[in-house]
Amino acid sequence: MSTEYFQKIAETNVWGAIAPELALGILALALLAMEVILPKVAHGLIPRLAILGQLIILGVMLTAGSSGLGYTGEAFGGMLSFSETGQLFRAFFLGTSIFVSYLGMVSLEKKTLPQVEYFHILLVITGALMLLAQANHFVMLFVALETATVGFYILVSYFRDKAVSLEAGLKYLIMGALSSSILLFGIVLLYGAGSNMALAGGSVDPLNFGNLQKFLAANPSDMLGLLGMLLVISGIAFKIGVFPFQIWIPDVYQGAPIPTTALLAIASKGAGFAMLLNLTTVFSPLSEWLYPLLSVLAALTILFGNFAALTQRNVKRLIGLSGVSHAGFLLIGVIAAEKVDWATNAILFYLFAYLLASAAVFSVLAHLGKEDDSELTLDDLGDLAKRNGFLGLALAVGIGSLAGIPPLAGFIGKLLIFVAAFKAELYGLLGVAVIGVVVSIYYYFGIIKAAFFEVWRYQDEDEETPEEPVPGESLQLLGKLAILVAVVGTIVLGFYQSPLGSWLAG
Amino acid sequence: MNDFASLVQLSIAVPIIAAFLTLYVEKWGRPAVQIVSVTGFALPAIFALFLWGFYDPAIAGDYAFVSKMDTGLSIIGVSLHLGLNGIGLPLFVMASVVGLAAGLFAAQSKAENLPRYLFCLLIMQGGLMGVFASIDLFFFYFFHELALIPTFIMVGIWGGRDRNYAAMKMTIYLTLGAMLSLVGLIAIYVKSGADSFDLITLKAHLAEAPLAESVQNYAFGLLLFGFGILVSLWPLHTWAPLGYGAAPSSAAMLHAGVLKKFGLYGLIQVAVPLLPDGLKQWESWIVWLALGNILIIGLITMAQRDLKQMIGYSSVMHMGYAFLGIAAMSVLGVGGVVFMMVAHGLTVALLFMLSTMIHHRTQTFEMDEMGGLSKKAPVLSAFFVCAMMASIALPGPGLANFWAELSIFIAIYQFKSWLIYAAVAGIVISAIYGLRAIANVFFGEESEEFVESQKEFAVSDMTWAERVPALILIIVMFFIGFFPKTVTESLNDSLAKEAVYAQTEQ
Repeated sequence: MSTEYFQKIAETNVWGAIAPELALGILALALLAMEVILPKVAHGLIPRLAILGQLIILGVMLTAGSSGLGYTGEAFGGMLSFSETGQLFRAFFLGTSIFVSYLGMVSLEKKTLPQVEYFHILLVITGALMLLAQANHFVMLFVALETATVGFYILVSYFRDKAVSLEAGLKYLIMGALSSSILLFGIVLLYGAGSNMALAGGSVDPLNFGNLQKFLAANPSDMLGLLGMLLVISGIAFKIGVFPFQIWIPDVYQGAPIPTTALLAIASKGAGFAMLLNLTTVFSPLSEWLYPLLSVLAALTILFGNFAALTQRNVKRLIGLSGVSHAGFLLIGVIAAEKVDWATNAILFYLFAYLLASAAVFSVLAHLGKEDDSELTLDDLGDLAKRNGFLGLALAVGIGSLAGIPPLAGFIGKLLIFVAAFKAELYGLLGVAVIGVVVSIYYYFGIIKAAFFEVWRYQDEDEETPEEPVPGESLQLLGKLAILVAVVGTIVLGFYQSPLGSWLAG
Repeated sequence: MNDFASLVQLSIAVPIIAAFLTLYVEKWGRPAVQIVSVTGFALPAIFALFLWGFYDPAIAGDYAFVSKMDTGLSIIGVSLHLGLNGIGLPLFVMASVVGLAAGLFAAQSKAENLPRYLFCLLIMQGGLMGVFASIDLFFFYFFHELALIPTFIMVGIWGGRDRNYAAMKMTIYLTLGAMLSLVGLIAIYVKSGADSFDLITLKAHLAEAPLAESVQNYAFGLLLFGFGILVSLWPLHTWAPLGYGAAPSSAAMLHAGVLKKFGLYGLIQVAVPLLPDGLKQWESWIVWLALGNILIIGLITMAQRDLKQMIGYSSVMHMGYAFLGIAAMSVLGVGGVVFMMVAHGLTVALLFMLSTMIHHRTQTFEMDEMGGLSKKAPVLSAFFVCAMMASIALPGPGLANFWAELSIFIAIYQFKSWLIYAAVAGIVISAIYGLRAIANVFFGEESEEFVESQKEFAVSDMTWAERVPALILIIVMFFIGFFPKTVTESLNDSLAKEAVYAQTEQ
């Protein structure tokens, strides 16, 4: 046991590379332990500690640098691959998780359900998603995805005393299982095709992304390979909610507790795109099949999402369907990334803008939601601007950013995607996107109208309406801070992107 | 010349800063709000007049008072590049003057929730100043949107009859127009290969390597219809009369007077110089649609009974002359258009303001229910007669509109001589509705309704608070009417530097 021996151990130790995920796991366990150890009066602290812990992890991770904590390339026998994009996705998921924790605090306070488990599962999901974004192997990808999905099943049906929540959980379970099995079937086909040593490029480990790419490049017309690609893409399309796999979105979004809806809308979508970005590289030898397929899906997704949202009055369903159309815009970015390098960064910018905007909107909804938030309609937004100006402003900024109105971050995201699409000569998709944006204005405008324009009419008609409780009266410093971060971030990123300028340039 | 560049930046920043200050000083009462907001409008006007005085075409290169700043979008060739040339300067000055008048009028209005109303108006003013000072196409679009969004909000919240419907219709129409023109601008950016949104760079680049004709065709088409919707080109104009009818007067003043000129300015400054072949391709479209504006809308204007709607329609009608002037593609025609934009901006703003003052006295916009107001309010009637005479471009000394339309007429006569008959028919039409409106409102017998309403409250003449904003507009109008050279000298100089306009002159 010489020093060399230990030195060697230290050199081959790459566990530091997944320190954030490990820390999240430990934090998740610590939360459960704290529930046992801490006296009952202090249980209210646990969610706050969860948020604090995540903030520390995020802070350490961001200060540690932008390229995988000093680790780059493959690790763990090719299971993971660290890159700058992966690092950004990590920050994205962690940021989402922090906002969702805050939403969870607000929503669960109104309930008499066990609280700590919610945060525990949330942290596990986040860790899994962070690994997912850096997966370099289909086994890793599937395991990480399933870990997250199983967590989602629980979180969707977390309000176990509410029939809608349970119904949503069941629907998500069935649909999720179906999509997972499709994905798995695709992976198996790829394994079968790639492990055929008789073919050029066949290898013993065909599920490694690099190996599979080599195999597909050597056999671009392999039927099993093509079928496998199709099934894998379909499985991912379920997660993102791309047409025609968007069928579960409205019901599940409506039934799930608001924090879970936010997590589904932001993190689940982000995870889908993290996978898709990795896999488009893997499947690049099949690009003549892949990109036409994605283009058709993108166009249909944008059209379906926007037109289906037009007549919605239920806010959560509306946000869900608008999220479908956002997935369509992001898909355009993925397609453009084939020819335009920085389109990947455009997608990330769009996702971050979407995160901030959604955080603002869902925070408002969490405060508005009463005992039962699944029936929150546009009418419930009425007078919001007057009842609570701060929440009204947050809603306006969030919705404006989702609608892509300058000077908000959402506009810059859309602009970058549009420029990338134009550079990649996707004129047809661009036309569809323009139609989508104009149609979306109608329903986003409906939300703004409900929250703002009714104000003085109500006053004129009958002044004797019973005093409604002011939403967000209990808004504490933490809540204000969380909303403020989302609002200010959305506005500042709308006209000043300098901090991100060099990163955007790729 | 660039010594005063910071004044250009300040003219944009001051209203926006004042907007937020207005909300902040709300707690100190109404006078504080008024002082802050009026300062926010007055400073840009002072700066703009100062810059106007110091602008010397002899020393100015392409642009004077230039400043450049990176905001972080350098990846797509965007920087905050500000400056003024002979085309932008008159409009910049006009925007500041109309803004000051609208601001003064709004600050003493009885609008509910005044600080928020002024907030919207100040943000709009900041955007307007930015539009005409932007050399970068991205910011040109950005500032336009910045000014546009508050318009929707103001119509929706503070609007009159049908405000919800009007706000929604405006939003959808104008978003479509804005999206089309955005795609057109992106097309220029991508296809030029200059990798810059900077107008100067683009011009230099395209002068050496013009775009292929097919690209010019569709890019110009996108810009023509995109800008066309924004300028209310027939038959895409239907949002305009409705929107102006419903808009609160200060918002209508700024939108009809200034913001609408964005589309024309874009055609003159961007679309035609960069895509001259595109204009030739679309020439006949422009001519026929513009004739629709002049003749069809002219006849519709004659049929209006509602004073505010009539002014709205008349402003749509006048845009027809502007399109014809641009189609003529000569220094004379385009110079006439810019001059008309300035003159029309001042007069239409004045007319909207005066019509609201009339409404305060008669409690109606229906012209049939008015009459004989001149006996009660001689000063108001003098102002209105003056503004209406100017608006219908009656030949008279000191009326800027006349000079503008005269030079447009000469240009279109040189361009296609038969057009002059249609244009003259338009003049007759506008004389009919203009004079009839004056007669209906101010002269003749007092209508029964008017006599009735006078019993309830006394009708007084214009107060000084009302006179000041009206005087500001009228003085500037007469100034450029008597001394058109102050505008045309630098204007001609800048237009002559544009190869497209200068060529056709010979």
